[in-house]
Amino acid sequence: MWLLQRVTAAFLVVVLAFHFFLLHFYHHAFEITLMGTQTRMQDVGYFATMWLFLVTATFHGVNGVYNALVNQGISGTPKTAVKAILGLAGLLLVAQGTRVALYMNGFLA
Amino acid sequence: MSQSYNRGLVEDFGRWKEFSAGMWAWIFHKFTGWVLVGYLFTHIAVLSTAIPAQQGEMVTNSAGEQVDVYTNTLTLLESTFVVRLLEVGLLAVAVFHILNGIRLLLVDLGIGLESQDKTFYASLVLTGAIVIASVPTFMAGIGGA
Repeated sequence: MWLLQRVTAAFLVVVLAFHFFLLHFYHHAFEITLMGTQTRMQDVGYFATMWLFLVTATFHGVNGVYNALVNQGISGTPKTAVKAILGLAGLLLVAQGTRVALYMNGFLA
Repeated sequence: MSQSYNRGLVEDFGRWKEFSAGMWAWIFHKFTGWVLVGYLFTHIAVLSTAIPAQQGEMVTNSAGEQVDVYTNTLTLLESTFVVRLLEVGLLAVAVFHILNGIRLLLVDLGIGLESQDKTFYASLVLTGAIVIASVPTFMAGIGGA
């Protein structure tokens, strides 16, 4: 988990910066439309990058919250409950994000 | 004779006056992490409007035109000044988390161990500079400008 947190960090540094540049500097956020999103998401490379972004960001974020709570001293049943809740929240987020991405690229309609 | 001390919880915020630069970096990294993970859930919720939009759900926008619900939601959010302000805040949080994250990755690899404090201050300064330079871009088009 320690190594995976760092591997996802290295990936996210690049992709988060790319995401900000593309959707705030290259395209302006206020100009985003469904058609533009569809066009971008129909590119296989962009779709794959965004899906990996979703999965790695969810893992990195949820695992980071778990680590923060462990550092705060939770143990025993609360620790187990937090692990289960965060794990479930992460899985649901990836499932919903994947569903949204598949609608955006037109695979689901 | 050995003696043990109870140093208390590492992150006892009541002891903030004793915190070193490294501790502040740790706290800022954690705070920005909480914000980013909270935003991630919100972001996917907002983007989920693409599902009804793809299924043909249309709404009437403020100009009386029929637009899909995804485009309308994003346009409406982006036309709100507070949302733009929050986006600048999000940029600040993301940039600091990225820069301090790079610093942490390097420290984990044993690079820059001696200058941890300086690199933390550099992360703060660089974050400030990037955010200030980005304000015009983030505020572009607000109020029809």
